[in-house]
Amino acid sequence: MRKETSATLKAFALELCIYAVLVVAYFFLVLHFLGDGLHKLEIRHRYTYAGLSIVLIIGQAVLLENVTTLLLRMIRRRSE
Amino acid sequence: MSFPISGAHISPIYLAVVGFLIGILGGFFGVGGSFIAGPALRAVGLDWNFAVGTDLAHIVGKSVVAAKRHRALGNVDLKLGFYMAIGTIAGAEVGAQLIQMLKRAGNVNLVVSVVSIAVYLSISTFMLWESRKSLAAKRKGGSPRERGGGKAKSDYSAFRHVTRGFQRLKIWPIIKLPTSGVKISLWMILLVAFVGGLFSGFLGGGAGYIRMPSMVYVLGVPTHLAVGTDLFEIIISASYGTFTHALKGNVDILIALVMNTGAAIGAQIGAISTQYFTGPKIRLAFVPLPLIGAAIVIYTLLTGHKP
Repeated sequence: MRKETSATLKAFALELCIYAVLVVAYFFLVLHFLGDGLHKLEIRHRYTYAGLSIVLIIGQAVLLENVTTLLLRMIRRRSE
Repeated sequence: MSFPISGAHISPIYLAVVGFLIGILGGFFGVGGSFIAGPALRAVGLDWNFAVGTDLAHIVGKSVVAAKRHRALGNVDLKLGFYMAIGTIAGAEVGAQLIQMLKRAGNVNLVVSVVSIAVYLSISTFMLWESRKSLAAKRKGGSPRERGGGKAKSDYSAFRHVTRGFQRLKIWPIIKLPTSGVKISLWMILLVAFVGGLFSGFLGGGAGYIRMPSMVYVLGVPTHLAVGTDLFEIIISASYGTFTHALKGNVDILIALVMNTGAAIGAQIGAISTQYFTGPKIRLAFVPLPLIGAAIVIYTLLTGHKP
């Protein structure tokens, strides 16, 4: 039972580490490529800005978790 | 770090840490955490309108992460979440109108402050009484349901006789919620969501501190499912709030994304942690949250400015 819990926690910690790297990278990518554009959109096209804001924030959660799952699968395959 | 949309200069580490703490609370209790995020953003000089809108945007991201994790753990009732979202949005609109009416009458701050303090204190006191009574019943070893059968997800409420009364109200249409194991009038679900939304529009924030306990005590949804479903419902209502605030120029999405780097990780930890606690223990741990909200309002009332 303890071994099982320890293995689960290890897997979860690994998943969190990968996810943390991805969310930070995602933010810098958005800042680098969309930072100025978002500012201009916020001033000139509020509807587009509002829609894009929701896409970006949900994208961060959904897309990155899927990428994390994919990476974890690849790591597990290699280790097997 | 400079954020051009709001014109604010805030440390990204500060934002990530605040996001992380709120993420843990959100994932564990199913709340948005705006009672902490709002003042935390305000404390570093962000204008109040940006603090409210940006906080909502980060709540969307964090709730998606936490709800996904809760869904994987079987803690989300999608059907209930959709019904709740309808009632919440309607309630939030009415709450916002109520605020406008009070503004015109000129006594908005005092009324909102007094109502919120009374609501926060009532929730904390009631949940403290109920969860302690439930845990005492479990320790005494009553029925297998009261003991919880040793399972972390087991739930028992000392208030269940009143909850059953609500479930017995046969007002058409009656809705079956197989995931939550509840059969109840649609109007009860809409009423609970509407009241939550009303307080959300009236007091600000997501009002998860009202909705999560209401789902447990009024609808009879098990605590773990109430947490997960509330988070799912928050995705819909907070997205709506983010969109409307963004149209008014109140959202700095870059600040929200930085906050979400911490919140996304905290939310996963919070969601996973619920697996190791029974329903009454989660409810007992919930007790300080509304008290923090009450303390912030009292501070605002006494000093005359928002923290």
